[in-house]
Amino acid sequence: MDLVVINLIDGLVTGLLLFMLSSGLTLIFSMMGVLNFAHASFYMLGAYFAYQISLYVGFWPGLLIAPLIVGVLGALVERYGLRRVHQYGHVPELIFTFGLALLIEEVVQFIWGKNIVPFDEPELLNFALFSIGGNAIPAYKVFMIFISIGIFLALLYVLTRTRVGMVIQAALSYPRTVEALGHNVPLVFMGVFGVGTALAGVAGVIAGPVLGTFPGMAFLLGSIVFVTIVIGGLGSLWGALVASLLIGWLTTFAATSTFEFASLLTAIGLERPEDLSESYIRDLWTLSLPQIGPILPYILMVLILVFRPFGLFGKRDV
Amino acid sequence: MLKITRFGVAAALALSVSATAALAQDIKAAFIDPLSGPFAATGSNGLHQFQFAADRLVNEKGGLLGGRKLVVDGFDNKTSPQESLIQLQVAIDQGYRYIIQGNSSGVANALTEAIEKHNKRNPDSRVLFLNYSAVDPALTNDKCNFWHFRFDANADIKMDVLTDVIAGNKDIHKVYIIGQDYSFGKAVSAAANAMLKAKRPDIEIVGDELHPIGKVKDFTPYARKITAAGADAVITGNWGADMLGLGKALVANGYTGPVYTYYAAGSGITAAFGEAGKGVIRLVSEGQTNPPVSDVASAYYDAYKAKYADGNVDQTRITNTIAMLAAAIEKAGTADDVVAVGKALEGMELDSIWGTKLFMRPQDHQLIQNMHILQHTNEGVTYDYDNSGFGVVVESTVEMAGMDSPTTCKMDRP
Repeated sequence: MDLVVINLIDGLVTGLLLFMLSSGLTLIFSMMGVLNFAHASFYMLGAYFAYQISLYVGFWPGLLIAPLIVGVLGALVERYGLRRVHQYGHVPELIFTFGLALLIEEVVQFIWGKNIVPFDEPELLNFALFSIGGNAIPAYKVFMIFISIGIFLALLYVLTRTRVGMVIQAALSYPRTVEALGHNVPLVFMGVFGVGTALAGVAGVIAGPVLGTFPGMAFLLGSIVFVTIVIGGLGSLWGALVASLLIGWLTTFAATSTFEFASLLTAIGLERPEDLSESYIRDLWTLSLPQIGPILPYILMVLILVFRPFGLFGKRDV
Repeated sequence: MLKITRFGVAAALALSVSATAALAQDIKAAFIDPLSGPFAATGSNGLHQFQFAADRLVNEKGGLLGGRKLVVDGFDNKTSPQESLIQLQVAIDQGYRYIIQGNSSGVANALTEAIEKHNKRNPDSRVLFLNYSAVDPALTNDKCNFWHFRFDANADIKMDVLTDVIAGNKDIHKVYIIGQDYSFGKAVSAAANAMLKAKRPDIEIVGDELHPIGKVKDFTPYARKITAAGADAVITGNWGADMLGLGKALVANGYTGPVYTYYAAGSGITAAFGEAGKGVIRLVSEGQTNPPVSDVASAYYDAYKAKYADGNVDQTRITNTIAMLAAAIEKAGTADDVVAVGKALEGMELDSIWGTKLFMRPQDHQLIQNMHILQHTNEGVTYDYDNSGFGVVVESTVEMAGMDSPTTCKMDRP
């Protein structure tokens, strides 16, 4: 029972972290039709910038400054990179972001090296807030939860309750009409791209100390973010949230479970053969749920694509 | 105009002649290991240590066989066996006769098979495989061949040393074994299970599991499981980012016992553990850097730090590999006939600058050397890792570990 509560909390942390990445990506995709392969690289940049800033002035200013720099970088990439490539169609855009992801990884390695950099939690939060059955919940994780929820509420407010949000939503579905009404749609695009990458930057800053800050961190998270927005439905903030939490809990519970497929096989009346190498399903006999945990989100994605192609909350087709 | 062209042609000819002359001079070793991706740090640090060792032990002393230089060049295999085989072919085509690899036994298994086939089919371009870090026991047992030499103790020898320490600690009653899901992780688990059962039957193994290698984003759920199982000690073979992730998650989430492991130092890992790893991380490894064993060792380390201020000599076996290769080439009197070099390596005895005897066991090509239990700490550290103030200090030593360990190797010699 203790482990279930702990897992709920851990899954929440993972899920919210994913949400901060996927919310920006889903907005960018639905608005510009660009699958931004470099999104996770902006997340990595956030972590590295915050690390560099923390060397001089500590963690807290970094939490504010690093995402700002990442956001400005993102906006510049949109203005001077993507916008130029845009006229040639979607494939060049894809290739552009893909190249950008590789470029950022190389630049990061060039400046900070290939080693893991010692980017740590701030002293202030470096203690266990409470513990359940011997499992400590670090204060930093609770802080991560609050930051992510705060950002979600702020985004929701801006998108649904403010004038800017209305324009963005309108530009999502009817860009030409919005332009005809006198709004500067390219500026809106640039703004959304900047904010989206800044969100990824925030995620990087708060995840860096926990998940490790190294050049491979973008690669590790890159693919799962795409899975999240496909499951959630393109362009839907709620979809991104629900899908992120779903994946967070799914992977957490799978990793801590002790379920073995052998017990399932015995339950349906099969007998474990003496010599496993002779059996056609020998892999199933030795497989356990934690081992296949990391592919569960992908299985979920395939199921979603088959049965509900526009995702859980999406309104249009992938 | 004609004059200029003539001059140009002559210059180009002269250059190409001198270039091929220089190439024929150098003894080339190909370092096939990850130089990009999640394990890039481990690989590129290894390459630096090889290049430094070759320069310091060989090239600065006038080279081998009367002036030939030993050069080590990096080939990025992205930790993938398929990619490694491509790089192996590239290296062989470019005239490399010594293949160096260490990260991942999965890669080493693929390489050793490919090299055995290649050497059988192409007697003119045979290569030797110097494995400095892949410790799957099979490489010097069922899958052994004449071309493969291992300069690190294999997983069984290391586990023997580790389980001796665990058996001696009466406070340990429950052990959790966790590793990466590939040949090495499985070998660690099998050895730990068998040896703990033999040495301390009263110890309960409360968990034994494998996780995907290089794919786990967050180790928190694993740490939860380990704590929930009530483990007093954890045994893991994890390395690179997987080691750091697991160790950090354990410490952050309330686990207080020791973590017995193989590769939890250097490449940024020591700095990232910092205070949190103190009293927790115990490594089994060859090579003693703290306290320093001799002035020669200290001078070597100082020179390395002078060249790579951010680096560490965290794989002393790399120095041993180069030293033994150089000695074997000198003894064989040739660098191009790798059969002669291989025969010279077999049974070779040498004194390492790190204060141990080295013995290349002829029957399976497994190097026998002193093994140490090292502790991650900031006390008594002369040479810290990652400029962090933290390093590893020798806690106990087993002389010539695994000297009599059994092997199933039946080697066909050329």
